[in-house]
Amino acid sequence: MRNLRPILLAEDDSVDAMTVKRAFSELKVTNELVRVINGEEAIKYLKTHTDKKPCVILLDLNMPKMNGIEFLHVAKADNEWRQIPVVVLTTSKDDRDKVETFKFSVAGYIVKPVDYKKFVEAMKVLNLYWTLSELPGNAPENTAVELQKTGCTGTGS
Amino acid sequence: MRSFKPILLVEDDTVDAMTVKRALNDLHVTNTLVRVTNGEQALEHLQDSANAKPCVILLDLNMPKMNGVEFLKIIKADNRLKCIPVVVLTTSKADQDRCECFNSSAAGYIVKPVDYKGFVEAIRILDLYWTLSELPDCDFEEKDVELLSASDKRDCQVL
Repeated sequence: MRNLRPILLAEDDSVDAMTVKRAFSELKVTNELVRVINGEEAIKYLKTHTDKKPCVILLDLNMPKMNGIEFLHVAKADNEWRQIPVVVLTTSKDDRDKVETFKFSVAGYIVKPVDYKKFVEAMKVLNLYWTLSELPGNAPENTAVELQKTGCTGTGS
Repeated sequence: MRSFKPILLVEDDTVDAMTVKRALNDLHVTNTLVRVTNGEQALEHLQDSANAKPCVILLDLNMPKMNGVEFLKIIKADNRLKCIPVVVLTTSKADQDRCECFNSSAAGYIVKPVDYKGFVEAIRILDLYWTLSELPDCDFEEKDVELLSASDKRDCQVL
């Protein structure tokens, strides 16, 4: 990734979460991978770790308690959290899920490849893209006041 | 790209627009590239139902009439257009721009590499990513609604 802030993975399935971790290790992605098991836990992380805001959120859709779409409802209504790019990582190919999540302006929707090699390839492309793309980040101090007006204050890195 | 729908490029600079076109050609990206020169034109294009909706919008920021940030805010408030991913493609490294674009849920923010090789590499990664990623059928719900209203009409005729 372009910066060294953590990647937040919201995924209830332990095997899937381990697969992401393994793929990132293999690809030498050095960002810390923080895993939470549902949307509620993801919100809790964002609330309590304001100094370790994620650079990207990888979001499963089918999760207990608070699912991916419910999480997007909350996160995209928050002035600070809405900046963080959310990439859906799911097994769902349902058109409704695609339309609904893109309406929340997700920054990608990846259907988990079943085969591990293909999964690594998908994570490689994800990492390439978010290394090429800028990420929301710190605002310099001298423009902080100006940025505050638009809600564009620094997010810490 | 995953879809065969056109790519909409919003770019006032002709040389930059040609560079994008050339890079897409070099990479054998077959999607049609539709170019408009500012946000206002882009909105007109998107609002005309005769035009196919793009799979992705590539958006420059500094443009006359309606700039990129203004355009982004408008389409992200429009229920029919908000689901199209918008990737910013700009020379601006200003924090304010980057911040405002992510605030308006840009799906990427790429600072144009100056040299052509770097530029092609950037477009290659962009194409890889949006081939990996699913894309929404933004007309999906509209079709649903149309089907519903068509069946409503049928019901009325029967009655």
